[in-house]
Amino acid sequence: MRFGVIVFPGSNCDEDAYYAAKDVFGQEAEYLWHKDTDLKGADVLILPGGFAHGDYLRTGAMARFSPIMGPVRAFAGRGGPVLGICNGFQILLESGLLPGAMLRNRGLKYRCEHVHLRVEQTDTPFTRVAHAGQVLRIPIGHGEGNYFAPVDTLKTIEANRQVVLRYTDPNGVVSDEWNPNGSVNAIAAVCNERRNVVGMMPHPERACEPLLGGVDGRVIFESVLSALTSGGSKGPALQMAGQ
Amino acid sequence: MIDPQILERHGLKPDEYDRIVGFLGREPNLTELGIFSVMWSEHCSYKSSRVHLKTLPTRGPQVLQGPGENAGAVDIGEGLAAVFKIESHNHPSFIEPYQGAATGVGGIIRDIFTMGARPIALLNSLRFGAFDAPGTRRLLEGVVAGIAGYGNSIGIPTVGGEIAFEPSYAGNPLVNVFCLGIAWQADIIKGVASGVGNAVYYVGAKTGRDGIHGATMASAEFDDKSAEKRPAVQVGDPFMEKLLLEACLEVMKTDALVGIQDMGAAGLTCSTTEMGSRGGAGIEIDTALVPQRETGMTPYEIMLSESQERMLLVVKRGREAEVERVFDKWDLHAVHIGEVTDNGLLRVKHHGTLVAEIPNRALTDEAPLYMRPMTEPEYLADVQKLDLDNLRGPERPALRDQNAALLAILGSPTVASKRWIYRQYDHMVRTNTINLPGLGAGVVRIKGTDRALAMSVDGNGRYCYLDPYRGAMLAVAEAARNVACCGARPLGATNCLNFGNPERPAIMWQFAKAVEGIGAACRALGVPITGGNVSLYNETDGKAIYPTPTIGVVGLLEHADRVVSRRFRDAGDAILLFGEGRGELGGSEYLKVAHDFVRGVPPALDLDAERALQDLLVRVADERLLRSAHDCSDGGIAVTLAECCFESGGIGAEVSIDGVRVAADARVNVAAALYGESASRVVVSVVTDAVTTVLERAAAANVPARVIGQTGGNRLRIAVAGQIAIDAAVDEAERVWSSAIEQAYAKRVA
Repeated sequence: MRFGVIVFPGSNCDEDAYYAAKDVFGQEAEYLWHKDTDLKGADVLILPGGFAHGDYLRTGAMARFSPIMGPVRAFAGRGGPVLGICNGFQILLESGLLPGAMLRNRGLKYRCEHVHLRVEQTDTPFTRVAHAGQVLRIPIGHGEGNYFAPVDTLKTIEANRQVVLRYTDPNGVVSDEWNPNGSVNAIAAVCNERRNVVGMMPHPERACEPLLGGVDGRVIFESVLSALTSGGSKGPALQMAGQ
Repeated sequence: MIDPQILERHGLKPDEYDRIVGFLGREPNLTELGIFSVMWSEHCSYKSSRVHLKTLPTRGPQVLQGPGENAGAVDIGEGLAAVFKIESHNHPSFIEPYQGAATGVGGIIRDIFTMGARPIALLNSLRFGAFDAPGTRRLLEGVVAGIAGYGNSIGIPTVGGEIAFEPSYAGNPLVNVFCLGIAWQADIIKGVASGVGNAVYYVGAKTGRDGIHGATMASAEFDDKSAEKRPAVQVGDPFMEKLLLEACLEVMKTDALVGIQDMGAAGLTCSTTEMGSRGGAGIEIDTALVPQRETGMTPYEIMLSESQERMLLVVKRGREAEVERVFDKWDLHAVHIGEVTDNGLLRVKHHGTLVAEIPNRALTDEAPLYMRPMTEPEYLADVQKLDLDNLRGPERPALRDQNAALLAILGSPTVASKRWIYRQYDHMVRTNTINLPGLGAGVVRIKGTDRALAMSVDGNGRYCYLDPYRGAMLAVAEAARNVACCGARPLGATNCLNFGNPERPAIMWQFAKAVEGIGAACRALGVPITGGNVSLYNETDGKAIYPTPTIGVVGLLEHADRVVSRRFRDAGDAILLFGEGRGELGGSEYLKVAHDFVRGVPPALDLDAERALQDLLVRVADERLLRSAHDCSDGGIAVTLAECCFESGGIGAEVSIDGVRVAADARVNVAAALYGESASRVVVSVVTDAVTTVLERAAAANVPARVIGQTGGNRLRIAVAGQIAIDAAVDEAERVWSSAIEQAYAKRVA
């Protein structure tokens, strides 16, 4: 499997995503420079964390104009699996590939710590080997992760089962106390209607090795590997047009 | 015409001016005077400190680069080097906490990647006034946000640090920032200019009028006019620095560079003269070619600006296009502003007209050097007196009970959990952090190897105030001990020396004694000093800070997965104490919290015993015999044991320690046993089967060691000389410790 990791000039988790794909999971991985338009045959795309263009204006607001985003959009349109992590999630929101927007964290401070997440949906390429209700312990690191959507949009994405992960307590119960940033409906990850594009604020690439204090992020990578390999355990493997 | 007012504004003394005239053989013009004033400032020239710094040990088989370059470097095996340094940004952080701290981080990161190293970890050491004093929390909030804003954006994890609150820092907080990077030894690059005709390039942010005379500001005391100096503080742009970092590391791979240096203090002036001086060459530039953010800038302003995120490069002739291509990729403009010459001169032109011509050596090697007068401070004899039979100071009656005293110390801001601070820092980016903040020294693994590096910054201003020689030794010992507690062998050190006005003999005496202490400890513990920084004039309205040498120590773990942290791991493990408590209460957190005074002499330190202890820790960690290790420092063994229980999932402990006799009052003796801060002590836990082996190793290493209890239950119970002195629920104690700082902020908001 070949992972394509998009590199904006201010990306800073690009090497971490690349390392997870290549060194932890033994897959092929390519960096894809934001000024290029060639996806180099990637089977899955990751938009990594960071501060794409400094983000002085609004997180991700400029990145959507980078040349690489055209091919990313087309790839997503063909049903290809796309994962946005942290700043990558913010960019997918700004690009309109995912619904909603990000506000400054409640409390206005950057927060870096482990949080607990409940898996809400398992029919996305990034959660398909997880089980519904499973609680994952994965770190966050962001100042603008307070997910927001207008009431109508919120209704739609809840009705369409597009909320993929929610912040919870260690037992999987949603509560205000365990919501680290004030996200509406404790939303930590969403997908598009077609379910092949997923954005998440927590960093699964930071939780793939025991040495780093946890391996709950592995399920995100294992899911997409399963999705891209025919004969996966749950549901049909991804059908990608043009491949 | 240069008159006395102009000289005073430039911080130059009349005899220094005469020296300038002597070097030039004529009167300097204003641009030249400006250049001399920043290069001869305390901040750039180290004119008061150099004679003392020369006595520090800087060599060792592991040292690849000692002081004098942008950063030091030590050999960590497999062809790799750890490149690291600590630097202060005290004065700017007082004037503008967010930007002062942010640009401090930016500056130290540039020092590291300038050496050809990829920065992978940051630490910081902070000092503020009393936590409850007006202004402290606002300053702390601003400094932490500034460090976070810069480090998080650029993507370098802040993996640890330390902080203390004392009234002496109220008008003069300390912000010391440490950065560590990794480089292939063969790729280390230096800040030299050589090769006549090679091109001098300017890269990065445009030059503005910000920060002009920042180095001179950092070499003067504060008074009530200091707020007016705000324009001298620069504004940081971490995104620009990220571009510079990536572009410079990419250019370095091309082999087209001769040398590179960042423009930090004294900007273009310092980088051109230092690079020329190190390479035995000269540099000629035209300031009109320098990219400028504002119109109408004079050569004086351009040479002295401290605008951030700028680099100076010397490129091999014929390789210019290659270098420009890389910077182009990162949307940066590399501008050819001059050439290397062989005349040893700094020559500055403006639109082709010569505006300054100064021999490099006059600005660097021949800068003034002072052996300033020193006398022992008058306060010392009095504050060293500590009569434990007659404890003065308003004892807090509620603390007569030892449980209450322990909770009070755990809730004191210097001891309490720093989670409110470190969770604002991205401490996990780069996916190398294997010891999270708050668990001991910061530890990062090195990808592609089995190895990891541990690093710790430590200092104790209170101890140094009471005895600068011993206080400085204790700082080195604690930093190295923290590294050894993780199982890492200490390899090298960097120092940041924060003191008052060196023109006062008492301050100079503190400085000299502290440097002596650092030297003695570094020699004994095998950690040479590879670089650092001196920050003097830390005074406001004539009141100096506690003398505060901050020491950063870096150590190597050959097997990352053998890292040890402070937390107990399981019930039923044996708890051992390495070292011996002597009930030393001088300068202790206990006296501060319970009696609100700072008195006595700091704990004694036997450097041979300390070395033996650290060697033992490294050995038994490598043999995987330790389940946890935590040193005894602020608050003594009682606080250490409590911290071993915290964040462990609520594991308690049942412990019995020896009594001490330091006073007639039995209660004082119990307090001394619990909270005394005797050095060279570490609490470890081991599985019961391993106790015999660990005791054998300790005996062989000549380190006193004995079993003092075992883990288990949900209470921390400590008996002193057979009598239960502490009996506290772990969860309750942990709540006090973990929420003290957060609650203080929550209260303010409410």
